[in-house]
Parts: sequence; C-alpha cells; structure tokens
Amino acid sequence: MSGRTLLDKLWDAHVVRVGDGEPDLLYIDLHLIHEVTSAQAFEGLRLAGRQVRRPDLTVATVDHSIPTADRALPIADDLARRQVEALRSNARAFGIELHDIESSGQGIVHVIGPELGYTQPGMTIVCGDSHTSTHGAFGSLAFGIGTSQVEHVFATQCLPLEKPRSMNVRVVGDLPFGVTAKDLILGIIGQIGVEGGRGHVIEYSGESVRGLSMEGRMTVCNMSIEAGARAGMIAPDETTFDYVRGRPHAPEGEAFERRVRAWSELPSDAGATFDRTVDVDASALEPFVTWGTNPGMVAPITGAVPELPGEDRPQERDAAQRAMEYMGLEPGTAIEDLEVDRVFLGSCTNARLEDLRAAAEVVAGRRVHPRVRAMVVPGSARVKRDAEDEGLDRIFRDAGFDWREAGCSMCIAMNPDVLGEEERCASTSNRNFEGRQGKGGRTHLVSPAMAAAAAVAGHFVDVRHWGTG
Amino acid sequence: MKPVAFVEGIVAPLERADVDTDQIIPKQFLKRIERTGYGDFLFHDWRRRPDGTLDPQFVLNRAEYAGARILLAGRNFGCGSSREHAAWALADHGFGAVVAPSLADIFRENCFQTGIVPVELPEREVESLVGRARQRPGYRVLVDVAAGTIAGDDGFLARFELDPFRRRRLLEGLDDVGLTLQHDREIAAFEARRRAELEGP
Ligand code: SF4
Repeated sequence: MSGRTLLDKLWDAHVVRVGDGEPDLLYIDLHLIHEVTSAQAFEGLRLAGRQVRRPDLTVATVDHSIPTADRALPIADDLARRQVEALRSNARAFGIELHDIESSGQGIVHVIGPELGYTQPGMTIVCGDSHTSTHGAFGSLAFGIGTSQVEHVFATQCLPLEKPRSMNVRVVGDLPFGVTAKDLILGIIGQIGVEGGRGHVIEYSGESVRGLSMEGRMTVCNMSIEAGARAGMIAPDETTFDYVRGRPHAPEGEAFERRVRAWSELPSDAGATFDRTVDVDASALEPFVTWGTNPGMVAPITGAVPELPGEDRPQERDAAQRAMEYMGLEPGTAIEDLEVDRVFLGSCTNARLEDLRAAAEVVAGRRVHPRVRAMVVPGSARVKRDAEDEGLDRIFRDAGFDWREAGCSMCIAMNPDVLGEEERCASTSNRNFEGRQGKGGRTHLVSPAMAAAAAVAGHFVDVRHWGTG
Repeated sequence: MKPVAFVEGIVAPLERADVDTDQIIPKQFLKRIERTGYGDFLFHDWRRRPDGTLDPQFVLNRAEYAGARILLAGRNFGCGSSREHAAWALADHGFGAVVAPSLADIFRENCFQTGIVPVELPEREVESLVGRARQRPGYRVLVDVAAGTIAGDDGFLARFELDPFRRRRLLEGLDDVGLTLQHDREIAAFEARRRAELEGP
C-alpha cells in the first residue's frame, strides 16, 4: 500500500460512519461561529426543537459587523446591533462560550482560534466563513461552510461530506529577500488561478513553507479559498508545536507531550500520492500587487497592469476589460505609478502581531503621505494589547495612522469603515472583489510591508529598496 | 426542504466568469437575521444604478427575462465568501437552478441546502444555451432532476451529473439533519473512542 497524505490521515481519523454510496459522516472537533452566519442556524434549530450537541466544542466571537472605533458607545447601526444581540442571546440560551465585544479574547474568529489555543493540529474545524482555511496552517482540516451546515453541526457535531481531492503545492527554492508569505500566496494564486484548487484540499510543502512562521503559514492557508480550494494545510512540525504550547486552551504538561507524539504522525508519508501536484518556484517571486477584481489578477511591483488578452480568448479579455474599467486602469500602467488614497492594515490574512511589526518597521520615523488616510485594525484584542506593549501603536500613530479596535473592519466593510466611490486602497486583506471594501472602491491586495510603504510614499513602491522587507 | 423534481422556466444568461458571492448579495444585506427577504438585493450593485433606480440594461431587469427560473452563468460561479445568503437570494428571486461550466465548492453545497439545482455542463453546452436564450427571448428549458437532463423546447438536450445521494435528497426533500441524527449511536460511540484516545492510557 502506498503512503497516506495528511488529508487521508485527518479524514480517516474523523469518519464516524463510512457512507457506502453516500457521503461519509465526518466528526467536527471545533466549531467556530460569528454574528453574521449563525442567527438563521440557531433559528432553524429552535424551529426543529433541537439542541446544540456539543456547546463545549463551539466557540463564538463578534467580528464582522462591529465598529472598530470607540467601543464604549452603543452600536449605531440598528441591524448590526440586532445581529450582535442575537448572537449574545443564542450563546446564552445554548450554553456557548462567547468572546464578546469588550472581552480580552475578542477578535477576528480566525485570529482568536489559534491565539487562544482552540486550534490544534489533527483537528477538523469548521466555521460559517470561507477563510476557515486559515486554521489548516496547524495541520488540521479546516473549511468554511454555509449556514445550513452550521445548523447541521450544531445539532449533530457531524457533517456528511464527500472527501475532496488532494493537491500538493510544492514550493521549491528560497523566498528572496523582502518577499513575504503574502507574496507567496498571491504568486501561487496568480499561477494556478482563482479556480485552480476547486474540489481540492491544498497541502503546501517544501523548504520555504517549512521556514515560515505560524503567522506566515496562516497567511498562506487563509487565501487557499481565493485559489478556489476547499481548504489549505501545512503539516505540523516543531514550529507548530512551539506555537500551540502554553496557549490558554491547549493541553498541558504530559497531556500536551502525548498530543505532540500523535501530531508528529500526521505529515504525509514519503510514498503518498496526491491527485494533483504543482510546483511553484519561490526564487522567482517578488512583492505582488493585485491590479484587478479577483485575487488571481496580480502583477509584481516591478511590473505593470497587463495588456488585454487576445481576441481569441473573449471571456478572459472581457473579464480583464471589465476589471480595468472598474479599477480605473489602463493596460501598461506601471504598478509603481498607482497612487493610493487609503491604506488598510488588517484582516484575518495579515493583522497578527508579526504583520504589524513588519509594517511598523517600514513606517518607523516616517510620515503617512498627506493625501493618504491610513488605518491599522489589529486582528484581535490580544494582538492590539501586545502591539501596544511593544510600542507599535506609537510608531503608527506618530506616522499618522489611525489605531483601531479589533475586528474585520474594512476587509468586508460591514461596519462604518468603508472605502468611498473610486477611492484606491492598498489593503492587506484577501479579497479585491468589486465593492468588497465599499461600493465603487478599488482594492489592491499587498503584504503589510508593502501597504506600509504605500502609505508613506502615496503610491505603490518596491519595499525592498527601503532596506527592509 | 421541499422536494425538487423539475425546474421549468425562462433562462436568463449572465455572461460573466468568476462571479463571487459579494456580487450575488453584497454585504450590506447580510445583517438580517432571517433566511428570507433577500431577493430584492440579488446582484444589487449590478442591478441598480448609483441613484438606486433599476439599470434597464442588466439582464435580470430586461422584460424578456422577467420571471426567469434558470440562471446561466460563467465558470467558477459563486466563488468567494461562504454566505448562504447568496443561494437564499437566488431562490427568493425565483431561481430554481443555476447552470454553469463550474460552480465554486461551498456555493454548490449551499445550493443543495437551499433546494436550488446546481447544474454543471461543459462550456460548449453552456455557450449553446446562452446563444439560444439571447436569440429567442423567453426561451424555456426543463431541468429534470431524476433524469439528470436539461432540455429545451427546440430540441436542446444535455446531461449533467448529480451524485445519487444528492439527487435523492433533492427529489425527496429529505431533512439532512434528521438523516444524520439517525446515526446518533455511532456518533456517541465515536465520541467515547475519541475521549479515551485524548485522555490516553
Ligand atoms: S477579516 Fe475579512 S476575510 Fe477575515 S473573517 Fe473577517 S471579513 Fe472574513
């Protein structure tokens, strides 16, 4: 028998019942919920007279629609307030732990899961949110689900699922100086396309991936969904174990060491075969900037907005044309010549402590360009606290950045943090879809260091020339 | 969920690839805590001009596609956010089937959950349908879930795949959660096994 992949091992360990002509029934170890996609699931549960089977495996936070300005004020938006209140009363009624708006554990769901030690290797993790793929960085099978499936997990702690196919993205060669995890994943999406991972779980492998910190690995896995993949994951190793050790909800002492022994068995076996394998040359990557309206439309900072695809590819030509029109761009314009109005440092992709440090290093002693409005929205209350302990908030504030409370903020613009019509934004988030950050807003996805440099220069610049990455 | 055996009606062609769920239902409409009432906001930013009036050019606003029940889309339809609101909005607007060369994974699952038939056809066949829908305003097709076919009154006929379990769920309108709950003993046994494993010898 040939070896098993990480996906095979995770799958086999969680099958409650082999489907036999039906999908397998898979057990879920951790169910994360937030205010936007849970209300209707609780409602369905009530209507059917059902309970939450394992409230102890369910964790709630508020992140999507809450304001990131003064938290002492009531939420001004009626609907957002109703949503947050619904989550509160549901969490209370069903006995679910909630990291509420003023709690020290509050934050973006994909930031607090790992940070508080809920997220551990070898788990199955779901959330009514596509960026659940983030948690795959720990060597767990983590994926987003719809609200009906949220209800299903509430009632049964299981999901009937067909096993996805496996895809090995082998990153070969070293990441050059100044090229970050964000650039790596943008480069991968640029190469395989926004549909490249459809139907698959991507495992990222190779020395450059091994060399990434947990924060960097989370950034990579986070955007797997932008490549169309069901999930992304990275085999657990010492880096993973060191990160988890000592976290509030991680096992302790001998129990932890026993888990480590089990987790050490998870990496794909040497002889394991994948349904698909793609090689990505890390050494050829540069800092990237997206120019269009999906994350596959990327260009290196040294490059330009591309020429339109030929007449023989009408669909792609049409899509590129439409994207350029929306973004207010012409083919051939140098990326460095694009002036920005706003800079957003935040989101579950890039608002962890390491991201803020990288940006602060660029910003230190400099000033935000007078035309630019720039903001930092830490990924969690804890990231915010830790950053303040290091004095990062001072660096950002002195440079002219707005320093906010934790939440999703302008990644999705469901709260008052919204991009104006035709405003151009350098954003560390994950989606540059039309209207994502505000109707008519123009989003360019970049790494934290690149966003920071754009804030200072007032246009995109190659941060490698600033003597830092 | 109500059983779905057939979807019959007018075909509306939306000729764009990689349409994400932020376009299908923009986030400003996600703050409701109900499952219904999203139809008016379907494709909001494309359907309405900046002043809020309907854009007569947009396919769903054109008289010939009024009341359409089948949406024809480009590849990778429904990518992006996992919001089931996208499927709810389509259903609420009256759509019973989405036909595309490919549908994003989570969206496809959400269609099943909402009782929308997700139909994946080769690009060529989708293009052929688009051509018909444009040339013959009011063009109708019949999606037959049991047979796995989509047929037009002009002789168009294509087959699509549905796995047998999903097909049965659509046809019988089964309650997914109820089905899983029938395996309660196996779930409990799994939990006991797992607890023993985690606690160790
Ligand atoms: S930060 Fe953005 S992508 Fe992440 S969970 Fe929040 S809205 Fe979703």
